Amino acid sequence: MDLWIEILVAIFLVISGVFGLVGSFGLIKLRGTMQRLHAPTKATTLGVGGVLIASMIYFTFGRGSLSFHELLITLFLFLTAPITANFIAKSYLAKNVTPDDLPDTHSDYGWAVYDDPPGGGPEQEQALGKDR
Amino acid sequence: MIITYALTFAIGCFGLGLLFNLWRIARGPTTADRILALDTMVINLIAILVLYGISRSTQIYYEAAMLVAMVGFVSTVAYSRFILRGDIIE
Repeated sequence: MDLWIEILVAIFLVISGVFGLVGSFGLIKLRGTMQRLHAPTKATTLGVGGVLIASMIYFTFGRGSLSFHELLITLFLFLTAPITANFIAKSYLAKNVTPDDLPDTHSDYGWAVYDDPPGGGPEQEQALGKDR
Repeated sequence: MIITYALTFAIGCFGLGLLFNLWRIARGPTTADRILALDTMVINLIAILVLYGISRSTQIYYEAAMLVAMVGFVSTVAYSRFILRGDIIE
């Protein structure tokens, strides 16, 4: 294996290790739950992305076998991290925050955590009927 | 040779991260904290699996990492949904 490929892989590994450590350290360092939500969902996901890029470079150039399936994991994690963050935030809101603590939504509908979704029931039936 | 040191460093970082997450699971005041720490544990575990695959220079562990990623996502969503609505599939 060439030296510069080794150096490139090592750089990616070190960067991703630092990012992963920062993400997990933020989980114990930050004060509120909503603040804590920031650290793992962003920094740790980036850290895993770095690890996967490093392994892609390692196996493609170091071992001579073209490998792209790490991109699948990266893509999957980058797609699912915002969804899990949203779900965790919603479950926190539902348990620990009352509707009075939240600002006004400035729209016809309230917060999705407490109120029913717009439409649904007879209203939605009507809208669907109109479209047809 | 350089890669060996970098791998040791990265595995140490993610292992320390796992310990931090465990501390948050044991301590966490709210349920959302525990779900978050579990999700982070899954992500750190994926990183450690991939790093182990690099250190053994085998690609077998990608399937395991992919499966852990999928199961982790589904379990996080299911847990949050259970807290949120009291039911997983309505």
